[in-house]
Amino acid sequence: MPKMNLTHFEAAVLFSLFTSVVLGVVTKQNDRDRLHYGVYVFICFVVALFGLGWLMYFGHG
Amino acid sequence: MAKEKETKRPMPAVSVWAPAVALGWLVPGAGHLLLKKTGRGVLLLLAVTGMFLSGLMMRGAMFQPQTGDLLTTLINTGGFVGDLGSGLLYLLSVWLGYNQPDMAGHVHDYGTKFLVTAGLLNVLAMVDAFEIAAGRKS
Repeated sequence: MPKMNLTHFEAAVLFSLFTSVVLGVVTKQNDRDRLHYGVYVFICFVVALFGLGWLMYFGHG
Repeated sequence: MAKEKETKRPMPAVSVWAPAVALGWLVPGAGHLLLKKTGRGVLLLLAVTGMFLSGLMMRGAMFQPQTGDLLTTLINTGGFVGDLGSGLLYLLSVWLGYNQPDMAGHVHDYGTKFLVTAGLLNVLAMVDAFEIAAGRKS
């Protein structure tokens, strides 16, 4: 089994991608809404990722 | 306070939804494939399997149910249930000896979370398969 060495950022983006796909697929009633919701969730994840990243950067002093 | 109108839907027969839910647990997305929802089934298969394999390749640890104080029980038993949600992926990886001991490091830590989340996402997929099989969703 090959080993994956990812940075925090890469791992969190990969996590966001897989999770967004599943949430998009299971949540809405038609394909258009599913696509929109999946993209929306992914963007929310990435925005939260940057937000928390900066928060930790400033909080760390 | 506005009271929402709720219509109580009867529980469908087990034979209607059990095959799709059971198959969906064993192989992520297979419940949807059985219900002829090919596109969604393939996406679920790719996402859940991708998440699980990424977790394995990051050398994530798999949980074993443990009792003790509340937090230990909650984390280990909850984690075990999450891992188990991946179905055959989990059973095969344990059987083939891919379960890793818990190690320090952010990549291993992410791996452990990826493994648990893959199972939890598969549980969501199983609920979706149930709703489709029961006719509550298209």
